[in-house]
Amino acid sequence: MNFSIYDFTSFNQWIDKFLYDNLPPFWAVVVEMTIIGLVFLLFYALVGLFLVYAERKVCAFMQNRVGPNRVGPYGFFQTIADFIKLMLKELITIKNADKLLFNIAPFIIIIASFMAIAAIPFAKGLHAIDFDIGILYVIAVSSLGVVGILLAGWSSNNKYSLIGAMRSGAQIVSYELSVGLSLLTIIILAGTMQFSQIVEGQANGWFIFKGHIPAFIAFVIFLIASTAETNRGPFDLAEAESELTAGFHTEYSGIKFAFFFLAEYMNMFIVASIAATVFLGGWMPFHVGAWEGFNHIMDFIPPFVWYIGKTFFVIWMMMWFKWTFPRLRIDQLLTLEWKYLLPINLVNILVMAFLVLMGWHF
Amino acid sequence: MTTNQLMFAIFSAVIIIFSILTVTSRRILRAATFLLFVLVATGGMYFLLRFNFLAAIQLALYAGGIVVLIIFSILLTSHIADKLEAPGWKKVVPALVAVAFGAVITIATILQYQFPQEVMSGSERTDIHVIAKSLISTEKFGYALPFEVISILLLAAMVGAIILAKKRKD
Repeated sequence: MNFSIYDFTSFNQWIDKFLYDNLPPFWAVVVEMTIIGLVFLLFYALVGLFLVYAERKVCAFMQNRVGPNRVGPYGFFQTIADFIKLMLKELITIKNADKLLFNIAPFIIIIASFMAIAAIPFAKGLHAIDFDIGILYVIAVSSLGVVGILLAGWSSNNKYSLIGAMRSGAQIVSYELSVGLSLLTIIILAGTMQFSQIVEGQANGWFIFKGHIPAFIAFVIFLIASTAETNRGPFDLAEAESELTAGFHTEYSGIKFAFFFLAEYMNMFIVASIAATVFLGGWMPFHVGAWEGFNHIMDFIPPFVWYIGKTFFVIWMMMWFKWTFPRLRIDQLLTLEWKYLLPINLVNILVMAFLVLMGWHF
Repeated sequence: MTTNQLMFAIFSAVIIIFSILTVTSRRILRAATFLLFVLVATGGMYFLLRFNFLAAIQLALYAGGIVVLIIFSILLTSHIADKLEAPGWKKVVPALVAVAFGAVITIATILQYQFPQEVMSGSERTDIHVIAKSLISTEKFGYALPFEVISILLLAAMVGAIILAKKRKD
């Protein structure tokens, strides 16, 4: 068996073969599912902790501060300490709340983000499920998360929570449209919705370069709309701390609050990886058409490093937005979507279809 | 038992249990949440049949769209302390009779029907390219005309909704 960090296919097939040789098929499937579940849980914990740390450091940098710097080198263990604190906190039950829905809501949000991350390709062959409808699937399951937010806001029986949930609902339902349409622009260019084929199609140039201006416009719209869809600043009206204390998760404490917090950061990670995969080539190294030597040098950097690098670049941009722009009002937010992004998006799709039809893309 | 059978059993159990809870729950938002579980489990059933496209549409439209709309309107209209009153026997008895009739007819039909024996091979999938082409094709088995008619209907509904929601200038 030869394993390499450039192609995980043989490694996965080796595990698969090993399990099927030693176990009955039923238990082999169960063990495989358990392994994937555990890997994703570990991944969630690590990425979540790192993203919270990164956000605090980036925010501090933008505001000319130092940020966390006491626990561990450069404050690196600060989020672990915070996490332990959250685990130890009391779970406060609210007297006049709808307890069933109150307890279900965090799980709906975290399950929706778990379902979405299953379809994302991390490297060649490192892919939980490779659906033929990959992008459509991710759009579909990520729209389930809003149900959790609405339920959390309503069942808390708190006016701030309810206002936060209503705002968040209006916001996510409208911005989903722009996310879907901007991805549709690239689906037209790629001719497929399968993530592995989308990445393969970018072997001789990322789609953001191959698709000329329409692809770039789609990328900008996707960044704006997905920032709004994940409820992040400058679109964080749902939890606007200066007016609504904490919006829909005001009444949550301890580990249930941590679920909302983790889901928010993981959703940011998921939309960043979709942006990286669809527009910036995913795990595909940076290739320029006919430059053989240059392409070979780029191939030496493992795909996983490319993927993580691009994803964190997009995440860094989203953090940059959050700490640069002031928060929008709800009417400005809806005007931006319905009067600007949506018409631009529709025209953009037509332009892209025309480009593909004429064969003017690279 | 294979994993497919196990998943089928789980999804069926979820669909049956939460369907009953949806119509018996006396808190309206809980009923909507249970309906969400039913629709998601139905989506899972489609995934089990390897009809990925329909499954994703089921999740996006029913679970992500319609249930969100229902929950949204409940949020706007009802209060957390609201509870539907328990139905009296005058409502329960006719309901049970209707349910029994429906169940008898459905079960009898299913038992009588001769299901074809051939099974689709595991790798066979409904290609989305085929769906896309037949949706806009004008030839036999093409859905171009229904597609256009539905589009016009939706447009008319949207115009109507805007007219209703618009403030009158008087």
